[in-house]
Amino acid sequence: MVKPELENKELFKSGHTACAGCGVAVGLRHIMRALGKDTIVVNATGCTEIFTSAYPKSAWAVPYIHCVFENSAPVAAGISEALRAMGNDHTKVVVISGDGASYDIGFGHMSGMFERGHDVLYICYDNEAYMNTGVQRSGATPWKAHTTTSQVGKQIRGKMQFKKPLTEIVAAHNVPYVATSTSAHYADLQQKVQKAKEIKGPSFLNVLMTCVPGWGTTPSLSMQYLKDAVDTHVWPLMEIENGFSKLSMKPEKKPVEAYLKGQKRFRHLTEEDIAEIQEMIDERWDHWVWKEKVDQERKAGLEASE
Amino acid sequence: MKKTIEGSIAVAEVARDCGPDVVACFPITPSTHIAETLDKMYTNGEIKSYTAVESEFSAISMLVGASAAGARAFTTTDSQGLALMHEVLFAAAGMRLPMVIVNANRSLSAPLSIWNDHQDSVSERDSGWIQLYCKNNQEAVDTVPQAFKISEDTNIPVMVCFDGFYLTHLVEQIDIPEKEVIGKYLPKRKAEYKLDPENPITMGMYALPTHYQGFRIDLHQDVLKAAENVKKEMEAWGDVSGRKYGNGLWEEYHAEDAEYLFIGMGSVMENAELAVEKMRKEGKKVGLVRIRCYRPFPSEVVEAIKGKKGALVFEKAVSMGADAPLYAEISSAMKEKGADVPLSSYVGGLGGKDITVGHIEQMFGEIEGGPVKKVWDGETGAPKIKKSLGAGEENGGA
Amino acid sequence: MKPANGKPGTSMENKTGNWRSERPEVDQSKCIKCGQCQLNCPDGCIFVTEKGAEPNYDYCKGCGICANVCPVKCIKMVPEEK
Repeated sequence: MVKPELENKELFKSGHTACAGCGVAVGLRHIMRALGKDTIVVNATGCTEIFTSAYPKSAWAVPYIHCVFENSAPVAAGISEALRAMGNDHTKVVVISGDGASYDIGFGHMSGMFERGHDVLYICYDNEAYMNTGVQRSGATPWKAHTTTSQVGKQIRGKMQFKKPLTEIVAAHNVPYVATSTSAHYADLQQKVQKAKEIKGPSFLNVLMTCVPGWGTTPSLSMQYLKDAVDTHVWPLMEIENGFSKLSMKPEKKPVEAYLKGQKRFRHLTEEDIAEIQEMIDERWDHWVWKEKVDQERKAGLEASE
Repeated sequence: MKKTIEGSIAVAEVARDCGPDVVACFPITPSTHIAETLDKMYTNGEIKSYTAVESEFSAISMLVGASAAGARAFTTTDSQGLALMHEVLFAAAGMRLPMVIVNANRSLSAPLSIWNDHQDSVSERDSGWIQLYCKNNQEAVDTVPQAFKISEDTNIPVMVCFDGFYLTHLVEQIDIPEKEVIGKYLPKRKAEYKLDPENPITMGMYALPTHYQGFRIDLHQDVLKAAENVKKEMEAWGDVSGRKYGNGLWEEYHAEDAEYLFIGMGSVMENAELAVEKMRKEGKKVGLVRIRCYRPFPSEVVEAIKGKKGALVFEKAVSMGADAPLYAEISSAMKEKGADVPLSSYVGGLGGKDITVGHIEQMFGEIEGGPVKKVWDGETGAPKIKKSLGAGEENGGA
Repeated sequence: MKPANGKPGTSMENKTGNWRSERPEVDQSKCIKCGQCQLNCPDGCIFVTEKGAEPNYDYCKGCGICANVCPVKCIKMVPEEK
């Protein structure tokens, strides 16, 4: 008999079958705490679906639906329309789907949902590859990373393409609230989920989450890698509100090596590779700092003229 | 109320009067007029919701979400659109979500053709959907309310199939039931289970080998049992509207004393009625059996075929590399039920190739000599259209 | 008629604690009750009680995140003896 104070009273329950140290499971707990009971979760096929909903047991204490891999956005749109038609103006419909579903196979349907402006919060949990099928590359996999479909050989060494800039692509749909976060930045993540939840209309969160087998990392370090991703500027935490971008944190930059080291998917990188990655990250960071400045100045100007 | 109206518009009007909560459509010829009409109705506040989605795949996915939330959900499509929905059709049925699709039957690519045959919906026969095929626009209008009732009573989605162009674009007199009549026949949906924060459930779970087969066979058994609902609703709607189409599963026309039978589905069966009338006048004992409910497949239809000198199955679909699907199923049912009637198979009318009264007469004539298995090429005996009319096959006519 | 629907929170029947090869042990005298372990646990199975951090071994898979994020290092991972 478990002591009552050791009982999980959250909306995302224990007993799910995620790997030990799963960064996604940590993120889901934060997300569900921020969303609360009056929520309907729509989930694409993927790790989360498998480790939370093997019949007959479910880790969800809120209504949850999974249909197929690529349709979580339109399923959510259908629920949202149904609630509206039936006079429910309070329940929030939230998609929680992986990078495979969001960056790739369900991308067009997600784009359609954003363009039409359904009242849906779409959360992409980005662990940077198709983990459920055993770590294959996705549009979210970073440059040079090893996966089972971007292998390291004599002529080609890891993924030859760059990560798709999904956050910016979604923002370009004029989605009123777009933000990034990670599982390890729970205060940032919870605050952003709460903010997104209040939007009447579409909103989007892109949340980086560790995958122990996919990244080849030590389970106990799952949160550390996410902190390093932010501290090295690999994954800037930001908000894009009504088109105006703002960095949520401006950590003093750690060298990118701090993030790459110890991840098996990056262990083949040469010093030149790392230098090149560093250069790219610095450029991207400078871009975001510049963009924040321009956007915020413009915003202040518009507000002043109102 | 009787109206002279295009088939598509009539179907949209009756779909509206069924009170759908969520309608989501993507335009595809020849179902487009239904979608456009429903959109217009939404702009006038006549339906609660209409979403012009970015694909048929999203249309059916929105219906899944809407139905799971307890709503009444409707869409229309055909051909490539239905094929694009394929994955979700199976999931919707497997998740036991009621909803209605009106499918304006059209051929499948390649080559591309916008014209009618049944390859689109027949190819979805194994999806777990109930499929009802209509012979004319009046029947399509009468079938939509029944489809919602059957679907919501059985938690099995229903596809109403009516022929693209032959029916969708045909302007004719149709008796459209009053909204109040439909309202009395079709009560508001009461979902047995739904996505509700007050009573949370997990839907669309995955099943290990210990459970998977059980769910699939359960669906299969329930689709079979739904034949009773199809019959019941035909009776009930018949009482409301004064119109019945056989027993709901199939319809017979001069079949009882016939020596030869023509078996088929869809609008070609109205031409076949004309052929039978003509041939009866000439003293030929011919009749029809029209399969209305293709899924669940009514194998008892064999009782209407037993004892005949011959029967032919005419169908507008091919199972590439095998016997034609309807023929194969009737043939198998006959064997099972000990009906030893020479059965012929005709495939024809693909991609809008006309099947005329004259063709049907010829087919009846051919099977007198014994069973035939052939593709009807649609040329022989076809009335020649004068080139001056500008509507010859070469001109496409689109 | 039975769709494959599930009841909420029934995953709690899965006692994933038997996956574990290492267990977290807490020196509660050092615990400052900051809640980092509770927040960062993927399995929702370590809680700050009056006494300090306390794991629920029914579900703990032994990943060691709690020990890693603990700012005062009062959680140690020790091998399970089975």
